[in-house]
Amino acid sequence: METRPLLELAGGTVYFGADAALDSVDFRLFPGEVHSLMGENGAGKSTLIKAITGALALAAGELRLAGSPVHLRSPHDAQELGIRAVYQEIDLIPNISVAENIALGCEPRRFGMIDWARMREDAHAVLADLGLDIDPASTLGRHSLAVQQLVAIARAIFTDVRVLVLDEPTSSLDVDECAELFRVIRDLQQRGVAILFVSHFLDQVYEICDRVTVLRDGKLVGEYLTREFLRIDLVHAMLGRSADSLRARTLLHLADGRKEPYLSARSLSVGSGINEADVDLVEGEVLGVAGLLGSGRTELARAISGIDKLDAGIIRIQGNDESIDGPRSAISLGIVYSSENRRTEGIISELTVQENITLALQAERGVLRRIRPSRQRELALSWVDALDIRPPDVDRPAGTLSGGNQQKVLLARLLALSPRLLVLDEPTRGIDVGAKVEVQNLIGELADNGLSVMFISAELEEVLRVGNRVVVVQDGRIVDTVPSEDLTVDSLTAMVARPDDASRGSSS
Amino acid sequence: MSTDVATPSRRVTLGRAARTFLDRRASLMPTLAAFVIFVVLLAGAEIHFGNFVTPLNMSALLLDNAYLLILAVGMTFVIVTGGIDLSVGSVMAFTGVLCAHLLAAGHSAAVVVPVIILGGAAIGLLIGVLVQYFDVQPFIASLAGLFLARGLAYVVSLSSIRVENESILWLQTTRYRLGEWYITPTGIMALLIAAIGAFVMQYTRFGRTIYAIGGNEQSARLMGLDVARTKVLVYVISGVCAGLAGLVLTAYSGAGYPRNGIGTELDVIAAVVIGGTLLTGGTGYVLGSVIGVFVFGTIKTVISFQGAEQSWTRIIVGLMLLLFIGVQRIIVFRSERRR
Amino acid sequence: MTKLMKHRLFWPVCSLLTLIIVNTIARPRFMKITVRDGELYGALIDILRNSAPLMLVALGMTLVIATRGIDLSVGAVMAVSGAVSLTIIDGSSSPGSTGTVLVAIAAGVGVALLLGVWNGFLVAVLNIQPIIATLVLMLAGRGVALLITDGFITTVNSAPLEYVSTGYLLWLPFAFIIAMTAVVVIAVFERRTALGVLTEAVGINPEASRLAGVRSRGIILGAYVVSGTLAGIAGIIYSSNIRAADANAAGDLIELYAILAVVLGGTSLMGGKFTIAGTVIGVLIIQTLKSTILFLGVSSAQSPVFFAAVVILVVLIQSPRLHRMARGLTGGARPANPAPRSDAEVPA
Repeated sequence: METRPLLELAGGTVYFGADAALDSVDFRLFPGEVHSLMGENGAGKSTLIKAITGALALAAGELRLAGSPVHLRSPHDAQELGIRAVYQEIDLIPNISVAENIALGCEPRRFGMIDWARMREDAHAVLADLGLDIDPASTLGRHSLAVQQLVAIARAIFTDVRVLVLDEPTSSLDVDECAELFRVIRDLQQRGVAILFVSHFLDQVYEICDRVTVLRDGKLVGEYLTREFLRIDLVHAMLGRSADSLRARTLLHLADGRKEPYLSARSLSVGSGINEADVDLVEGEVLGVAGLLGSGRTELARAISGIDKLDAGIIRIQGNDESIDGPRSAISLGIVYSSENRRTEGIISELTVQENITLALQAERGVLRRIRPSRQRELALSWVDALDIRPPDVDRPAGTLSGGNQQKVLLARLLALSPRLLVLDEPTRGIDVGAKVEVQNLIGELADNGLSVMFISAELEEVLRVGNRVVVVQDGRIVDTVPSEDLTVDSLTAMVARPDDASRGSSS
Repeated sequence: MSTDVATPSRRVTLGRAARTFLDRRASLMPTLAAFVIFVVLLAGAEIHFGNFVTPLNMSALLLDNAYLLILAVGMTFVIVTGGIDLSVGSVMAFTGVLCAHLLAAGHSAAVVVPVIILGGAAIGLLIGVLVQYFDVQPFIASLAGLFLARGLAYVVSLSSIRVENESILWLQTTRYRLGEWYITPTGIMALLIAAIGAFVMQYTRFGRTIYAIGGNEQSARLMGLDVARTKVLVYVISGVCAGLAGLVLTAYSGAGYPRNGIGTELDVIAAVVIGGTLLTGGTGYVLGSVIGVFVFGTIKTVISFQGAEQSWTRIIVGLMLLLFIGVQRIIVFRSERRR
Repeated sequence: MTKLMKHRLFWPVCSLLTLIIVNTIARPRFMKITVRDGELYGALIDILRNSAPLMLVALGMTLVIATRGIDLSVGAVMAVSGAVSLTIIDGSSSPGSTGTVLVAIAAGVGVALLLGVWNGFLVAVLNIQPIIATLVLMLAGRGVALLITDGFITTVNSAPLEYVSTGYLLWLPFAFIIAMTAVVVIAVFERRTALGVLTEAVGINPEASRLAGVRSRGIILGAYVVSGTLAGIAGIIYSSNIRAADANAAGDLIELYAILAVVLGGTSLMGGKFTIAGTVIGVLIIQTLKSTILFLGVSSAQSPVFFAAVVILVVLIQSPRLHRMARGLTGGARPANPAPRSDAEVPA
């Protein structure tokens, strides 16, 4: 490895609105190394990638390639300089052939016409390099995501590449395909290409990467050598400790005669997201769900609340087998779901706060039985008051509220239905510290009042503080269920970060 | 080390050749289906009427629908990018009546023809600019074009204008014969335009960019393709085709008539869709649109042979359109399922 | 003052008032209303009467657009409803009796309602794109209408039928009363029940609405049924006006004018929040424009050129790029932060 970085970012800063998505981040990539970028949702990983590939402009800071400063005005500029990215969402054209996708933009010509034969040959060569034996003339869309991803990589290396960014390249690959990909990566490494490998699979990161950079809340936490950096320290660096004052929730100790669970799920399986999951949800209890990004925690939530159709498994509510066949059906059974994508699956931004809060209740009553406007207002105001939603103006469009208050509006909508079971997926994500604590306390109070809550969060400390019991999810399976009083943040971190004992070789 | 990933078990039963074909040219299936339908229609008509498939009738098929063919080529370009052009019928009427008017005023065909082509191109350019640079939905932008062209057609003349110009009439009246088959210059024009269109779509970067835009515009941009220019150009091409169609229609009917082409855009869209082009963009062949036009023309001829109302044509075409879209949806649905 | 300007209806109302003022200046007789036998007459009254079919169609179109859809078949549906009704009247033994006319109208509107169900089924249940789904009926509908009238323009002589378009009720043209009744009934229904809010929710964010338990399918289907029914009524008024069923001319281009009216009134084509009052004003603007154009001596056949200009003007005004260009020109405050170039996901 040479001592001079091939790509260097100094003091990189990017704003989204008033928030710093990237805050004075320093980042270095050496030629011939495989480097990992780690951090939870919202840490700034994708922002950093977009900054170095020219998809976003830097508000401050400088980007240097081989020592000289560069100004990237578009992804095209970056591509010309040899900086290529392969994203998890395939950025290719599904309706044209594999060869064409690889060569688009630099097609071989003969007499001014496109030389299809030559294109197929060239494509075949680079595909063979990747160990991929597919027909270059076949339509891209007919191949699995795994193959498409490899084709995207083929495109990236088709012409001279210096920096290759791979964003979650292995999420749709099985063990063999992974091994093949790693072989290619090592091959590129030999050729002096700098590779940025972004993945949430810790094993893979430790297997293939030389160094790792950790981001949290848009800031650089540190840069480490993988051979010197313990797994548990890595997870610790990613998740951190929040520095707010804690008002410890007095955990209600459950009575000795264990109550019958309100909802009991056995062997839940949905696609490759979640497999053979067993969960019990008891009234008056908060069940925390801990696991890294991609572990299946969202899939578990959606399976339990009936948003996704079960491939296998049984859900029993108060002893009766139920088949929950969509949100309406779930709501009628007393189960409500709050998605982690507050903006796209939660808040209806152009409707007012009042309309958002009363939406689900109104939908349940049907079109004809309108809730009287005075009653609507009363309801909205009482929830605004109860949850301390600010500003307390129920006629504002909900989209103008801060993240924290939007989450409270969503909670109000769900609570207005008088549910029995609340499934909350990352309700405190992207919320400022003060609002976070408010929401956490609120959840505790709800459970104290007899509700059953399933609480998912990436912040393990939060999970412990709010949850009575914790379910640990890894790679689509529930690894363990432990009372939170038996756990500390460190021990939970260890469980979440533990190398997967179950074989990944099972078909995904 | 092979990473030949699993193909759905459903197709394992087909021959390997068939599988390769499907992998490569699945988007050709709807076009093949259209061709089969065309053949079936002809066969059915022949059986029913007895003297349907004759060289005379088949030659007339091209003659009568030459204008539609030209329009369909232009429309294919637009639809494959995921857009739509509702103005073509009106632009055709406008350029047609303008042509007749200018000829009647004494100008030579050598001047008039380029002028009307430019006229069509200008309206197409307007639509393209609105769509690309002002983010106007193609539907609305081409609607404005429709209004504009239709109004302009009436501004040129409120009633029909006869064409006496020899060179224009020559386009239609001359027949090149081969046995009982014949073809007119307008027919040759139409086929030539179709051939050029097909070539451009398959063998030029411009054509491939069109497919890319229809497949995933964002990706196409990220891949460095000149999306903006291409999107504007397809509407210009559609406008040029409409101009040429106006010329052909005027030659065919011997007059320019401002009420021409009302509803023609729908016929064109139907022909293109029946020919296998998806309205959502990204797939489609000029060849398919040609077949679609012939299917449309055959239905029209069958109905006139039957002595039934011409209005049946539109109904049947409408139902066929529905059928095709339904089938297209199922195909798309199935291929999405596979992933 | 700025608060008034921010009101959604501000620009539409201003445009309409401007048009009226310009017209009055050009021809002072424009504002003159005379009373005769308890009936009002005048240029303004003519505008109200002639706006009825467009008003009905645009009303239905507003609801459909609010659900993120579009209904291109309304012109064809008008033709079918006219064809059905007039064929019944023509074929009956007493075309002049009110009973016959009522039955004919019921049949025409009934068929239109069924066509609306057809459209709604294609969009809401089969999930076909609204443009395509309604395109089919747009294509086939006129053919069906022609079949019903055997290819002819069926003319009838029926006093009760004529009353629909030429009669008066309470000093105002009956046709206008019909249109206004529809507007009021639907506006009240939308706002007095939860339908309005739920429709907006479905249009703004279909997925979030679904998760909240909103019955999107029913709402979308309902919108198309209403659109079809209103088009049916519009078809009756049109046929009454020409005392005939003309399958080709009925509702020619009306879907385009209807969409224009909706857009002029302030409802976005992207769906979501809608305003019926805005659409009403949009219709009046279009109708006043038509009247103005006629007055200027432009043949009605050539008027589309003006409407092309209006459409282009309106979409340009609404275009975000124009706003950016304008801000640049007037040296408006530059946004403090560079806007993301690609579709960047804002971290939650």
